[in-house]
Amino acid sequence: MSTESIAWPSATAESRSFVDRLHDWIATVDHKRLGLLYIAYALVFLLIGGIEAILMRIQLIRPHNNFVSPQVFNRLFTMHGTTMIFFVVMPVMFGFANYLVPLMIGARDMAFPRLNAFSFWMTAFGGLLLYFSLVGANGLYGAGNAPDVGWFAYAPLTSQTFSLGHSTDFWTLALLVSGFGSIGTAINIIATILCMRCSGMTLSKMPLFAWLNLIMAGLVILAVSPLTAAQIMLLIDRYLGGHFFDTQAGGSAVIWMHFFWVFGHPEVYVLVIPAFAFASEIIPVFSRKPIFGYPVMVGATVAIGFISMSVWAHHMFTVGMSPAANTFFVISTMAIAVPTGIKIFNWLATMWGGKIEFKTPMLFCIAFLFQFLIAGLTGVMQAAAPFDWQLGNSYFVVAHFHYVIVGGILFTLFAAFYYWFPKMSGKMYSETLGKLHFWLFLIGFHLTFDFMHIPGLLGMPRRIYTYEPGRGWDTWNFIVTIGVFFQAAGILVFLGNLLWSYFRGKSAGSDPWDAWTLEWSTNSPPPAYNFYTIPTVQSRRPLWDLKHPDDPDWKYE
Amino acid sequence: MSTTSLTLPPREVEWSPSRGRVGMGALIAAEAAIFTIFVVAYLFYVGKSLSGPMPREVLSPPIFFTVCLLSSSLTIHFAARALRRGNVRSFGAWWLLTITLGGLFLYGTASEWHRLIYEKGLTISTNLFGTTYYSLVGLHGFHVVVGLVCLSTVMAFTLFGEVKQAHAERIDVLSLYWHFVDAVWIVVFAVVYVIGR
Amino acid sequence: MSRLVVWICGSGAAFADAAQPLSPTNIFAPASTPAKSIFGLSLLVLAVTGAIFLIVFSLLLYSVVKFRKRKSDDGREPPQVYGSNQVELAWTVIPVLIVLALFMATARVIASVQGIARSDNAIEVIAIGHQFWWEYRYPALGVVTANELHVPVSDDNHPTPTSITLLSADTDHSFWVPRLAGKTDLIPNHPNSMWFDPHQVGVYLGQCAQYCGTQHAKMLLRVYVQPRDEFDRWVHEQSQPSQIGDNTSAGERIFESTACINCHTVAGTVAHGRFGPDLTHLMSRETIAAGAAPNTPENLRLWIRKPDAIKPGSLMPAMQLNEQELDALTAYLETLR
Repeated sequence: MSTESIAWPSATAESRSFVDRLHDWIATVDHKRLGLLYIAYALVFLLIGGIEAILMRIQLIRPHNNFVSPQVFNRLFTMHGTTMIFFVVMPVMFGFANYLVPLMIGARDMAFPRLNAFSFWMTAFGGLLLYFSLVGANGLYGAGNAPDVGWFAYAPLTSQTFSLGHSTDFWTLALLVSGFGSIGTAINIIATILCMRCSGMTLSKMPLFAWLNLIMAGLVILAVSPLTAAQIMLLIDRYLGGHFFDTQAGGSAVIWMHFFWVFGHPEVYVLVIPAFAFASEIIPVFSRKPIFGYPVMVGATVAIGFISMSVWAHHMFTVGMSPAANTFFVISTMAIAVPTGIKIFNWLATMWGGKIEFKTPMLFCIAFLFQFLIAGLTGVMQAAAPFDWQLGNSYFVVAHFHYVIVGGILFTLFAAFYYWFPKMSGKMYSETLGKLHFWLFLIGFHLTFDFMHIPGLLGMPRRIYTYEPGRGWDTWNFIVTIGVFFQAAGILVFLGNLLWSYFRGKSAGSDPWDAWTLEWSTNSPPPAYNFYTIPTVQSRRPLWDLKHPDDPDWKYE
Repeated sequence: MSTTSLTLPPREVEWSPSRGRVGMGALIAAEAAIFTIFVVAYLFYVGKSLSGPMPREVLSPPIFFTVCLLSSSLTIHFAARALRRGNVRSFGAWWLLTITLGGLFLYGTASEWHRLIYEKGLTISTNLFGTTYYSLVGLHGFHVVVGLVCLSTVMAFTLFGEVKQAHAERIDVLSLYWHFVDAVWIVVFAVVYVIGR
Repeated sequence: MSRLVVWICGSGAAFADAAQPLSPTNIFAPASTPAKSIFGLSLLVLAVTGAIFLIVFSLLLYSVVKFRKRKSDDGREPPQVYGSNQVELAWTVIPVLIVLALFMATARVIASVQGIARSDNAIEVIAIGHQFWWEYRYPALGVVTANELHVPVSDDNHPTPTSITLLSADTDHSFWVPRLAGKTDLIPNHPNSMWFDPHQVGVYLGQCAQYCGTQHAKMLLRVYVQPRDEFDRWVHEQSQPSQIGDNTSAGERIFESTACINCHTVAGTVAHGRFGPDLTHLMSRETIAAGAAPNTPENLRLWIRKPDAIKPGSLMPAMQLNEQELDALTAYLETLR
């Protein structure tokens, strides 16, 4: 063996200036960096949306409270809903998809890196535009501010007559712009997954994470566009004298609801299917078994995607549709419970007979299973339309969807953060702080959202800035508000853990969890080119095959 | 060094379509969803205007301009085929013809709108028919404009000699978009000038 | 099946009586047929979903305990099970059957509540939702009032239900009095209808359940269910024009010369405004501002002087009157019985 010495030019040994590094991040087209940008962006808005929630809950801690005015409260719930859905959950899911999908399918980047960057910046701009309304929305009548029409902005409340100034326009334009970003990312995910899988990775050998993000992207393509269309119509009504939702001219307020919910219902599946994807990767690893029923999991999720496009009017059971229409949406909504339930059973079966390790990601996933089960069941309750005539538009609904989004989606999101943090940062997080976060947040979540069902059952409608004493709602509202502070504490512990571990955590290595998908075969964090050589796979768990050459998966699949 | 023999399962042939086609296909699906909502709104509001000119009174089917637009699908197909065979000049000629036909269609829409606004008094704010008509036809026209901008950009590159046979795949992808715009017009035409009248 | 539902309803009724002190707007304390039908369905749905929860939760708890990694673990991977077609089939078929059963029960209740033909001796009311108050018109009885709905109690042997047509003058609203019926929305250009037949005399509370703007929270509902003779008396009083003591009171002059008459009606006078509530029999109501405050002279005076003190963001303007004018005006309004 001979040795050679190579003289490196000294320029590469200098560290880059802050401006140069900042420029690298802003001009990046690398899927990992864009993924992290999405995630960081979402975390900032999570804090903002969380503060909005805290303010609302303080107002509602007792009847006839004066903490905020009705106008401010109405803006708070509008901004809270819009922020959390469009500028927290969607970006964070796109962020994780961006980061992980190319790694999991053995590719070097997404199909369209520049479209990727464009999509991120569109989304980011949309969020800034929404919050610019706080200063910029005063229209001619001086009657503008943050939007206060509710996150689903029913007509005719959004017409010029009832929404003076520009607050509604900020809502509309912010979502229009970020909608383009969402569609761009969805196009990217679809093209990446269909065209850039490594050798040997047929669609049926792809990790479930990739499958579920593919389905999510398909739903984005089909569902976000109706919202875009409805918003264009709203703008035409507001500025060109159009009559789409102008009831005085024979227009229909109900058709806005149809268009919105044709978007809105598949949208919640866009939010939850990536959560399923996280659970489907994490639960097997910490149960030490492959996912139970991979083909059924794929089939069930495809079914969910399709059926989700046919249930939208269960948000409209009280608007006076015909009995036939109501009945149709009852059956379609109940039908979607079947594939969803199948998925819960499959996750359970994955754990069954395994060797469960209660690391932080798994704790969050177990809580997810418990909470998503309950959320699904309260959904079935509301699917029974006459029951929904009581439950609809009440705090029961608010409790239900927060159970899904916080108890289901946010919990798996925390699991995903802890699971992939070592890969993304190269460091291990503190397991103690992780468990502290879990317990604080679990207690807070249940204090708030378990008890929130009760005022709904006792007749408390949603979107009210205050309520009457003597309706039996006082104690429950008080408990609900207390829970919020536990959740806030949990989130602070979470953020502290991320920061502290990033700077002081132990080195994680490439595969701290002894996992089986391709992202664990490369360094932590991965190099810019992801893999030294593009791998070839033979089964759904390529690293299992490598670690168990005597008993590889492809013998059994 | 010793060797062990590993029996691997037969390598399955993966289906690997081109990124451009898949991406454009996804974009077309999204655009189709937007148009579907505008078509649904149009159909929902047929006959519901409280006043003002009715479709029957003012609409006349733009047969000639429709033929122009639909023929442009044919010409763009020939253009793409020519480029795939390496015949850049023929490509350029067919491409120019496509742009011209598309431009003619836009002119047709513009002159129809001029007639409707100034002679028949139908604007987007006149009644439900006006709102839904101008929105739907306008949304389609906007997509034609975007398409023409892209086509003209390619034309400019062609005139500078920059377009080669190797670009045939990208031209194919772009022509998918143009075909979509034409297909949408078939639907819009049927809804506005046939069903809605 | 129906016997089971009857049994459930029976025990539910017992539960409801115990639940009544819990809340005047408790959906599990139905006092009218639509609310009772919904209650029956809800018990079935709760029973089924409750059973599913118990089973699945038990399985989850069991697996978390039984299959946890022990300290004495040998470090080997557990048996790698990929799936089982029989199991998948089982937990597909069973949920489908459950869904079918729930669906059929639900469809039946939809038909019984929604599909029902209007009864001949129903009291017809037209309810018009406004930002942020309720207008009630009884066309057959010649009554126009606001915010407090009076209906006769209904007897199962001779039912006298109330049938309401729901309209809106501006944005979307929703009529929700939980103990009487499920909620139905009031949507402009989209008339809806609902009905109820309260079986017990009393005051039933509710409020608007569709966000309609700033004061959505204080668009409260009060339904007074009265014995038939009391209701007839109320109708008779309400259909008279206003009983004014002194035709030329200072307060009446202020009312008729200020912008009041642009929004309010007082039958028998020149005031014919429709934007705000009809005030002809203002003093027959227990509350003002759609339930936001009790109907006392102090509150009335405050409402006219500064509506934002009671209901900030309501569409009633502060009338910019001085103290004497306010006193006179309040005195005049106090005569509108």
